[in-house]
Parts: sequence; structure tokens; C-alpha cells
Amino acid sequence: MPVPDEPAATLAKEPLALPKIGMPRRPAGTLYRGREGMWSWVLHRITGVSIYFFLLVHILDTALVRLSPESYNAVINTYKTPIMGLGELALVAAIGLHGLNGLRIILIDFWSVGTRHQRLLFWIVIGLWLVLLAGFAPRQLMHIFGGAA
Amino acid sequence: MEHKPSVPGEVPTFTATLIIRRFDPEVDEEPRWQDFDVELHATDRILDALHKIKWEQDGSLTFRRSCAHGVCGSDAMRINGKNRLACKTLIKDLDISQPIYIEAIKGLPLEKDLIVDMEPFFDSFRSVNPFLMAGGAPKDGKERKQSPVERARFDDTTKCILCAACTSSCPVFWTDGQYFGPAAIVNAHRFIFDSRDEGSNVRLDILNDKEGVWRCRTTFNCTDACPRGIQVTKAIAEVKQAILRGHP
Repeated sequence: MPVPDEPAATLAKEPLALPKIGMPRRPAGTLYRGREGMWSWVLHRITGVSIYFFLLVHILDTALVRLSPESYNAVINTYKTPIMGLGELALVAAIGLHGLNGLRIILIDFWSVGTRHQRLLFWIVIGLWLVLLAGFAPRQLMHIFGGAA
Repeated sequence: MEHKPSVPGEVPTFTATLIIRRFDPEVDEEPRWQDFDVELHATDRILDALHKIKWEQDGSLTFRRSCAHGVCGSDAMRINGKNRLACKTLIKDLDISQPIYIEAIKGLPLEKDLIVDMEPFFDSFRSVNPFLMAGGAPKDGKERKQSPVERARFDDTTKCILCAACTSSCPVFWTDGQYFGPAAIVNAHRFIFDSRDEGSNVRLDILNDKEGVWRCRTTFNCTDACPRGIQVTKAIAEVKQAILRGHP
């Protein structure tokens, strides 16, 4: 490629004027394409942090009963809405995934062939998790939307 | 002979698009993506494509390579979002109907185009004492003898070429530059489980640290990225267990 005739100072000021340089598509770089191991870690972290914040709120609302049973009841009543019902569903899903994947991590750390079968273990975790959710989700959705006792 | 003499074994070529994340510290404030169309054979490697660009299109393209045959560990880079050696990645193994994205490895300071500062990586490698620690002369004889079984114990981790593909694929290392990283632990493993070595406890002490093996979150990116096929996460797990046991 021939060297442009402009002085270097012009180049430095106008880098976009250089030939063949497009606008940055994703200036921050591409997302690292990890496999099951990386995504199980991402899910584990997201569910873990979510559960932590749930526990924080849960300890606070339960502690409220010692201070004022009336306000405790008021708070608990606000939970009996469809949105909070779906939140409970998400909570059960998060705890299920976090717990099962936690068992997978224990196997990876302590079972001598755990690292070799980590990918299979991940799909077993997903399978068991879906089975657990299939048992819980319909019942919970009926509670929220069907008015079943 | 009726046939006119043809070029023997002419291999068809095709045009592939490479999109390379470039950065010139003297001009750019931020890295930018640049497209190149290159005519290639299916048997070419990414390194050949980079050579063609550098030699025929843009001599300013900067990357490291030395042996070009997967031994020296110079040309680790992120190819389509995964850490690979450019000299071991064949074009035919990539989907060339799509552009091929190439960028520098992540987590180490970017110096220019595909070149990063490897010093932090080598610093953590050095800090695990990656050399035989044996006091005094060998017992009765001239050699430190080792059985094939004892040698096989750490065979996997002898293969490391220090290309940094594993360490720079680690999400923990991206956000926590203090973490020793997979490569340093692999090279510690190579001596911890060596029957001739007497410094295992020193290395286990070094790695039994907040920024040592316990930072590993078993994402297996390192195992997937290693161009030598080292079971990196397994090696880290074995070092974790050795620390818990108190001996290799």
C-alpha cells in the first residue's frame, strides 16, 4: 500500500480519514466464546448474587415480625400478587440451578474424573433442573393465575 | 501426450474476509476493526492469511510469530472469539462464509494490533519457581532416577509452551490481574508432582493464596483454549487437592 502523502500530524488528527478503515463495529472486542463450563459459571454467579439479595430481603421481612406483627402482615400481603408469584418461580429456578450446579462443582473438584466429564455433568444438571421445574412451575402458575387453593 | 501440461495438483482458492482489531498507540485512542479480503487455500492457516495481509496489503499490521509451527507459543490470539494459535488454526476449520474475527488475547495490556505485553504473564510464571528444586547430590549414583510411572504422573503439564492462550481465556484473570492464572499453575504442577523435586511444599504454599488456585472457578475456558491439549483445569484441581492433603 502506498504511503499517504499527508504529513503525520494530519494523520494523527484524523485517523478516520485513513483508507480502508471502517467504523468500529464492536470496539470493545468480541464476546469470548466459552462453552458449557463458562456459561455454567455465569449462571452460577447470576443465580448466586440473586439468591443473596433475596436472603437479605427475606431476613429483613422476617425480622419485622418481632418489631410489629401488623407491618409484617402488611408486607407479606404485598407478596400475594402475580408479580411476586412469578418472582417466587424465578427464585425456585435460581436456587435449583445454583444447588445442582454446586454439586457439579463439588464433583469437578473432588471426583478424580470429574473434570473429564464436566460437560456431561452440566447437561445432567440442566436435565434435573428442568425435571424439578416441570414439577413445580405448573402448580405455581395455577396458584398465581388459576386461583387454586 | 494429448493433454497440455497442467500445473500439478492445483488447489482451488477462495476469498476470505478477515476483520482484525487494530490498535496503533501513536494514532488511535481506541482499538478499531479493519476488514481485509484475502485469497486463500483451504489448507492455509490463519497465520498465512496474516502474512499475506502484512506482505501484500498493509505492512503496518503487527503480530508476533517465531517458529510458525505450534512450538514457540508466540502467536496466541483470539480467533472468532476463542483463544487459538494462528499457526495451528486451519482456514478449512472455520466458516469462511462469515468474516473471521481476529483480535489480541484478553486481560494483558494491549501494545499494538495483536501484540500484548506478556510481562505480567511471565511474572506469575516465574513466581511459582518453575525449575527443579533439589538439594544436594543425588543418592548413590550420578542421576536422579525416575520410573516411567513417576514420569507419567506429570507428563501432561510438561507440554506447556507458555503461549498464554489459557491464562488470557480465564474470566477471573480478565477482571483480577493478580490471579496467578492457569499457565503458572500448570507449570507449578509440572514440578509439584515430579518425584525428583523437593520444593513441592514451597510451591503449594505459594499457590495456597487468595490469588492462587482458589481463584479458579472451573470455567474450563483454559482447557478448551490450550493448543497442546493440556487438561489445564484438571491440573489445577490436582493442585487444589494436594494443598488440602498437605503434600503432592
